[in-house]
Amino acid sequence: MAQARRPLGPYDTSEPITPYAQATTYNNFYEFGTGKDDPARLAGSLRTRPWTVLIDGEVRKPVRVDIDTLQSWFPLEDRIYRMRCVEGWSMVMPWLGFPLGALLRRIEPSSKARYVQFTSLYDPKQFPGQRGDVLDWPYVEGLRLDEALHPLSFMAVGLHGRVLPNQNGAPLRLVVPWKYGFKNIKSVVRITLTQKQPRTTWAQAAPDEYGFYANVNPKVPHPRWSQATERRIGELRRRPTLPFNGYADQVASLYKGMDLRRFF
Amino acid sequence: MVVGGLVPAAVLLLDAQTGALGANPVQRAILQTGLLALALLILSLACTPLRMLTGWTWPARIRKALGLLAFFYGVLHFLLYLLDHGFTPAVVLEDVLERPFVTVGFAALVLMLPLALTSGRGAVRRLGFQNWQRLHQLAYVAVGLGVLHFWWGVKKDHTPPLIAALVVAVLFAVRLIRSRRTRARS
Repeated sequence: MAQARRPLGPYDTSEPITPYAQATTYNNFYEFGTGKDDPARLAGSLRTRPWTVLIDGEVRKPVRVDIDTLQSWFPLEDRIYRMRCVEGWSMVMPWLGFPLGALLRRIEPSSKARYVQFTSLYDPKQFPGQRGDVLDWPYVEGLRLDEALHPLSFMAVGLHGRVLPNQNGAPLRLVVPWKYGFKNIKSVVRITLTQKQPRTTWAQAAPDEYGFYANVNPKVPHPRWSQATERRIGELRRRPTLPFNGYADQVASLYKGMDLRRFF
Repeated sequence: MVVGGLVPAAVLLLDAQTGALGANPVQRAILQTGLLALALLILSLACTPLRMLTGWTWPARIRKALGLLAFFYGVLHFLLYLLDHGFTPAVVLEDVLERPFVTVGFAALVLMLPLALTSGRGAVRRLGFQNWQRLHQLAYVAVGLGVLHFWWGVKKDHTPPLIAALVVAVLFAVRLIRSRRTRARS
């Protein structure tokens, strides 16, 4: 479906948007299965209402909140972001949602909070992929607090002007466009502010292949393939991958002085 | 037989035309040709053990065709990989030299080349049966490397490569046991 073009915001890319049909049928969402078409095929088993999100840990105002209430706290915004998968393909996604920073400011992190940990729903009845132990369920992701507060960090509840499809992480997912796609945890049920760096799922599963930071970096290859190029879905020729997925101007300063080969 | 073995290639071509290969068709075609190459190579190696166990003669008659088809899909797999990287020599060289995952896959294909070239009856005569047979034992090295390539190629779920490894192990065991028995008898 073609989307009516609105004026671009300061965080939007003007690149051609990946069509809805492709963005919703080529997904990594191991809770439904490891195949790219498993999520679209099996996502009907996920029920996204009622849905409660628990926000706790090092916060002054912990809360257990219904997804519709949570959404009503913030005006919904459009964001057209590049999305680069660690496997070497990318899309341009028109998200709908609210900045993660707005949510964090509302629940007020305490002075001890240094990281934000996200947890996906664990329910093998709804997620057939969780009946096997291909990953250590539930899926956990995390950000440093300053990363989470960056204006690019986003919580999506919609895509292409519609409610977020189940296979894309309904009803609530993280979008951090300068990191590899696996950081963008889907179907979030819990957000916990912590003092210690969260033990994130892929970094636990294969620590030599996937790091906590997972910033898009063409100079740090995956052990099994180069990260220097990517295929934009819909294109035949690969294109060069940009540092921080093209968001270096906005986010490189977060990592000043850090060895990005070590903290990959 | 050979014509039948080309049906998957035709289906792949057709799917590519109609968009049935999904959002990332090159990637999908690479995966499917790789799987076909490995499956056909394993099938070609199953012919002799099957003949040993059953006494049937037809497996021996299709062995060559299976082996050649495996090589054909291996080459297609490699060509698609080259296409994926825009036929850029530097990228491919770096992959082959520095990434064990690619190295072993490439080595498996290279090992299959002399086997494909000596698949005719003339070659058996020229080399002598013993030499020819010894040369064609490389197929076991190739399948071992192929399974390793498959193992390293999957991101997390190792069940399919594990099944492939088990099948190869069983086939190898049948031969080993049989040849030992034959030797014990003589």
